Amino acid sequence: MRNTLKSVILLAPGLGWLALFMVIPCALIFTYAFFERGVYGGIDYIFTVENFQRAADPLYLGIFLRSAKIAGLATLFAILLAYPAAYAITRAPQRYQTALLIFVILPFWSNYLIRTYAWIVMLNREGLINQSLVGLGVTSEPLPLLYNNFAVIVGLVYNYTPFVVLAIYSSLNRINRETIEASEDLGAPGFTTFRRVILPQTITGVAAGGVFVFVLSIGNFITPDLLGGGRLQMVGNLIYDQFLSARDWPFGAALSMFLIAVMMALLFTQAVLTNRAAGEGRAS
Amino acid sequence: MTTSDAPRRTFAHLTASTACALALLAGAAHADKIVISNWDGYMPPDLLEKFTAETGIEAELSVHATNEEIMGKVVAGGGKGYDVLFVSSPFAEALHNLGLVADIDHTKVPNVANLYPEATELAHDPGNAYSMPYAWGTTGLCYRADRMEEPTSWMDLLAPADDLKGKVTMLSTDRWLMGAAALALGKSLNDTSTGTLTEEEELLIKAKKDLLAYDDSTFYLKLVSGEATMVQAWDGWCNYGIAENAEIKYTIPKEGSDLWVDTIVITKASENKDAAMKFVDYVLGQDTGVWVASNILYKTPNKAAMEALDPALIESFPNMGMKPEELIKYEQLRDLGKGQKEFARTVTQIMAAQ
Repeated sequence: MRNTLKSVILLAPGLGWLALFMVIPCALIFTYAFFERGVYGGIDYIFTVENFQRAADPLYLGIFLRSAKIAGLATLFAILLAYPAAYAITRAPQRYQTALLIFVILPFWSNYLIRTYAWIVMLNREGLINQSLVGLGVTSEPLPLLYNNFAVIVGLVYNYTPFVVLAIYSSLNRINRETIEASEDLGAPGFTTFRRVILPQTITGVAAGGVFVFVLSIGNFITPDLLGGGRLQMVGNLIYDQFLSARDWPFGAALSMFLIAVMMALLFTQAVLTNRAAGEGRAS
Repeated sequence: MTTSDAPRRTFAHLTASTACALALLAGAAHADKIVISNWDGYMPPDLLEKFTAETGIEAELSVHATNEEIMGKVVAGGGKGYDVLFVSSPFAEALHNLGLVADIDHTKVPNVANLYPEATELAHDPGNAYSMPYAWGTTGLCYRADRMEEPTSWMDLLAPADDLKGKVTMLSTDRWLMGAAALALGKSLNDTSTGTLTEEEELLIKAKKDLLAYDDSTFYLKLVSGEATMVQAWDGWCNYGIAENAEIKYTIPKEGSDLWVDTIVITKASENKDAAMKFVDYVLGQDTGVWVASNILYKTPNKAAMEALDPALIESFPNMGMKPEELIKYEQLRDLGKGQKEFARTVTQIMAAQ
């Protein structure tokens, strides 16, 4: 009984925070989605499902799929970059590991927008990278590095890779070294050990980091705006524009609900897979 | 114009607005104080201090980055917490239609006499019943005269010559983006009929391929750095480019421009309407007007002030010398009302096109 009381007291601030800043706002958005836009913006409280019908338009589905593609590519590259980095950190002498992890999170000490603007400085036609390439004679004309899908993916990968490094590092760190030694002693080549022993034990870390990048990328609207030059519309921009430029809150709300549903499904799948992997780990 | 965006919107302003929001919360208890929301950098920095020194009324500035942002806040909160807002005319019109702005008592704003007669008969609010014009101007082409001939048509932007491909930008705010196509096609800026929207859509999707970017906050910097050679720009913002490089010029294509008007409105929720009217009156004063125009490099509809401007300023920034009779030839952007949904879908179509 006393334990229950203790749990309630310990959970209260967290749950209260979630209720106040997550559940209530989401409920509000959900409610808005069922009303009509006033002629001059704002909301007319007349029940309608029209917003959901409009959201089913192939136009918006196309934007959604394109965002998913961009977010998926960003996730893939982030994992490919993060895994070797995390692996190298776990292999480094213990006394350097904390320092290396601090380097990983160092970029978060500056503002997201500033870091994104820094990429504009580097990638633009008159920017650092193009000037170096032209100076070295690699290309005669500056390359179009900015204001395209490439730049958006670079920005997303750059910003979210540290999360993946941390997630993979923590799962690599939990591996029992003896399983690796056993595999090596039994004559497995390095790659086989990685594929059969290390990777399966870290797949939950990869999944956690990957879902993180995907969810943050698909809803991002600042990076497509700044690095994509507004030429790439992602679902985040679409929702932003509905709320602000079109002043159509109900429709923006319906689109948000759709996005939230997809994210929940992804997080749920990830949780199920993680549980299953953990279960298998115990069984074997 | 600011427009949707402040003359100098940067990330720094986001932090500034947070700070202001906090200050707003802290200061909410004072009833003898007015809160003004304006784009960052869109009035001289010490204007409020001078106003307080002259009138004894405390005034606090809260900044918004875009029309859309302040509109969202005011609609969500019924205007509470704000006394005076600076917004572009279509937004003033929508706020008026939503019943969120107060009528302006002209007896309390005697400086309204300083306005050009043309500025008192603007289409969105003839007679200035609920809004006072603060700055006005045109949207045209801002270009590097050392790298290209003077453009003459909107089509020079929408279907650029080979050497300009990938070196032009358009404004990202939907109304001006669509406006460029409307003008090129000889349509009204406020026409939301399906036929017109389809034509504009086709033209703008084609134009998108040759664009460097959609940009309404750093376009003049792209001209200065040489990344862009020609940009769609508000005249006042082009002046910021001209100030940094005299080879930058501004021109209005032969098909014309819109007349944009940034206005001052008083919220209906204001508890200090008299103080708010005094502020509006102060801004419309001749001295303030001169100082506003020479600081922000935007034309003001303040006749007394514009006539007192330093001629050297007009020489450096020729578009500052445009006369009201030239300006009012152009159509104003109006709130689209029921046409907004179809309009927004068209814009999404363009933005999503590859």
